[in-house]
Amino acid sequence: MNDLWTTFSTATAHLLSGDPELWGIVGVSFSVSASALLIALLPALSAGFMLAYFRFPGRWIAISVLNSLLAVPTVVVGLVLYMLLSRAGPLGDLNLLFTRPAMIIGQILLCFPLLVAMSLSAFQAADHRVLETAKTLGANPWQAFITLLFEVRFALLAAVVTAFGRIIAEVGSAMMVGGNILHHTRNITTAIALETGKGEFVQGVALGIVLLVMALILNVSLGWMQSHSRVLRHGT
Amino acid sequence: MKHIQLLLIRTVLAMVLTFVSGMALADSIRLATTTSTYNSGLLDYLLGHYTKVSETEVQVISVGTGKALRMGENGDVDLVMTHAPDAEGRFITAGFGIEPHRVMYNDFVLVGPKEDAAQVSQAHTVTEGLSLIMASNQRFISRGDDSGTHKKELQLWQSLGALPAFKGYLESGRGMGHSLQMASEMGAYTMTDRGTWLALKDKLELLLVLEGDPRLLNPYQIILVNPDRHPHVNINSSRKFSQWLISSNGQDIIGKFRINGEVLFVPSAKQLIP
Repeated sequence: MNDLWTTFSTATAHLLSGDPELWGIVGVSFSVSASALLIALLPALSAGFMLAYFRFPGRWIAISVLNSLLAVPTVVVGLVLYMLLSRAGPLGDLNLLFTRPAMIIGQILLCFPLLVAMSLSAFQAADHRVLETAKTLGANPWQAFITLLFEVRFALLAAVVTAFGRIIAEVGSAMMVGGNILHHTRNITTAIALETGKGEFVQGVALGIVLLVMALILNVSLGWMQSHSRVLRHGT
Repeated sequence: MKHIQLLLIRTVLAMVLTFVSGMALADSIRLATTTSTYNSGLLDYLLGHYTKVSETEVQVISVGTGKALRMGENGDVDLVMTHAPDAEGRFITAGFGIEPHRVMYNDFVLVGPKEDAAQVSQAHTVTEGLSLIMASNQRFISRGDDSGTHKKELQLWQSLGALPAFKGYLESGRGMGHSLQMASEMGAYTMTDRGTWLALKDKLELLLVLEGDPRLLNPYQIILVNPDRHPHVNINSSRKFSQWLISSNGQDIIGKFRINGEVLFVPSAKQLIP
C-alpha cells in the first residue's frame, strides 16, 4: 500500500484530470441528493410549521415519533425500502428497485424527519409576534407561513445544509436500493465502498475529497451568510 | 415567491422525466453476479467486448452468491452468474432459474502471512492445510456472508469433521477484497478465489500457501431467471448474452483475460469439469 501522502496527491491529480467516470459518479450523488432534498423540502417545512403552530391531540406523540426516526440507521431505511420495491414486495410492479428514483425515495425518507425536526425548532424559536402581526395585517395562513419562513431563513438554511450532508454522505440505503450499477446508480459513497474492496484506495480518497470540499463550501457559505446578516442587524 | 415555487416544481419534474425517459429508451438487462468476477475486472472487460456486438446494456450488480440467487428468486434481476453448484442446483430445481450453463472456472487458494506460522505450505491437501491452521490456532478470516466462497469454505471445514470453532476463526461478513485486506492487516490466513487474489496481491502482505487440490475448483454458471415465474424479465436479451458467453467467441475472450500476464479464468462451456 502507498503511503498516505502519495495516495492523497495522486487522488487530487486524478480529480483535476477530469476523469469522466469519476465525475459521472459525483454527478449521480449530487443529482440524487438534490432531487431528494427538493422534493422533501416544502412538505417537511409545512409539517414543521404545523407542528409548531397548531395544537392537536397526539401532537406530542407525533414529535416523539419524529425524533425517534432521526435515529434510524440508513441501512434499515434501505432494507425496508428494498423489501417494498422488490418484485416480491408490494410495490414491485413499479419497477423501481436498482434505479435512481429508488435512491431518491430512500434519501427523501432519510432527510424528511431531519428537516421537520429542525424546522420545528426553528419555528418554535421564532418570535410569535411576527405571525400575529402578519395576521392583523390581513395575511392568510399561506402568507403568514411565507413571512415566517423568511424570518427564520438562516435556521432553515442550516437545516437544509445538515439534511443535504446527511443524505449525500449516506451509503446504506443507496447501496441496497441502488445496487451500485456503473453509470446508473453508482454514487460517491457506494463507489468508495467498492473501490476500497478492490484495494483501489486512490479512487476512494479522490471521491472522499469531493465530499469533504463540498461540505466545506456549504458550511463556510452558511457561516458567512449568518455572520454577515448579524453584522447588518447590529449595524442598523 | 411564486417564481421560486414554479422553479422548484419545474426542476423536480425535469429531473423525474430525465430519469424515466433514460430508463425507458435503452434495452438493458440486469445481471447479479459475484464480487469475485466483478472486483477482478473480468466483467468490465467482457462487457467492453459485448457492447461491440450488441445494443443491450448489461447492468451489473455485484454481491455474494447467496444474495445474487435471492435477487433472482425475487425476480429483481434478469440473470445470475454465480459459483456455488449446490445452491444453484436448488435454485433451478425450485423453478427459479432456467438454462444453466457452465461458463468458466478458476480455483480457490489458501493465502496467509509471509512467515506462515501454521506451515500450511507443507500441507498436501486443503483439509490438511486447514487443520494445521486450526491446530496452531492461527487467525483465519472467513467471509461469513453466504457467498459462494463462504459456502465452499464451510464445506471444506465440514469435511474435516466439524465446523470451525477455534479462537482465531473470524468472520468478516464482507466481500473478498475487503476480507483479503483484513487478513493482510491482521496477519491472518484466508481462502480466496484466484481471480481476486491475482488482482490484489501486489497490495497485500500475504503469500499463496496452498493451491492445486482438485477440491478447490471453482466453477461458474450463468442461469436465466425463469420467465414463467417472473414474466417481466427481459428473457430474450438475457438469453442472447448467456449464449454469447458460451459461444466460441465469448469463451475465447474469457480465456484471453489476463492480470499481470496471468490467466484468471479458464473457459469451460465446452468441457466437463471433474
